[in-house]
Amino acid sequence: MNENPVHTRIRQEITENAVVLFMKGTPMFPQCGFSAAVVQALTNLGVKFKGIDVLVDPSLREGIKQFTNWPTIPQLYVGGEFIGGCDIVRDMYTSGELQQVLEQKGVEFAR
Amino acid sequence: MAMEAGEIESLIKQALPDAQVTIEDLRGDGDHYAALVVSSAFVGKSRVQQHQLVYQALQGRMGTVLHALSLTTGIPDAPQ
Repeated sequence: MNENPVHTRIRQEITENAVVLFMKGTPMFPQCGFSAAVVQALTNLGVKFKGIDVLVDPSLREGIKQFTNWPTIPQLYVGGEFIGGCDIVRDMYTSGELQQVLEQKGVEFAR
Repeated sequence: MAMEAGEIESLIKQALPDAQVTIEDLRGDGDHYAALVVSSAFVGKSRVQQHQLVYQALQGRMGTVLHALSLTTGIPDAPQ
């Protein structure tokens, strides 16, 4: 069984980095309001994360949708686990659940 | 590209017949919606799984024809 090379790359990124955000644009220059909202939540919490711009790689843009079975970007992974897209992450940030997840996964953030 | 609110609602109800669906056209442009979907099909599922059920119901339109659908899911008669 040969895995799709894009899926292999995604698996590697989410294994090697505690917090990964697949997004449109970069953390400094998000190209979409939904991506910007998630960057804002992570920044407010002082979380170090790797932002991966799907706009520079069409195969990654499609590949991440298949990999997660999730039709939209942004997509947040913490400790190798898919946490959610913009709506879910925003809700979790507001309710404090995101902070709980970061704590459980041993990710440093500002309390 | 855009979609009618009624089409979104009927696709969701086809897949989740008991769903109560409330849709708001956020900008009046037929392209930015907020939907509240309440269904017993969500019982025992994580929020990610609940949203995946709604996306499945939309049969690939989410992220293609439908650019922005802000989704809230819930379970009938249960505290959110």
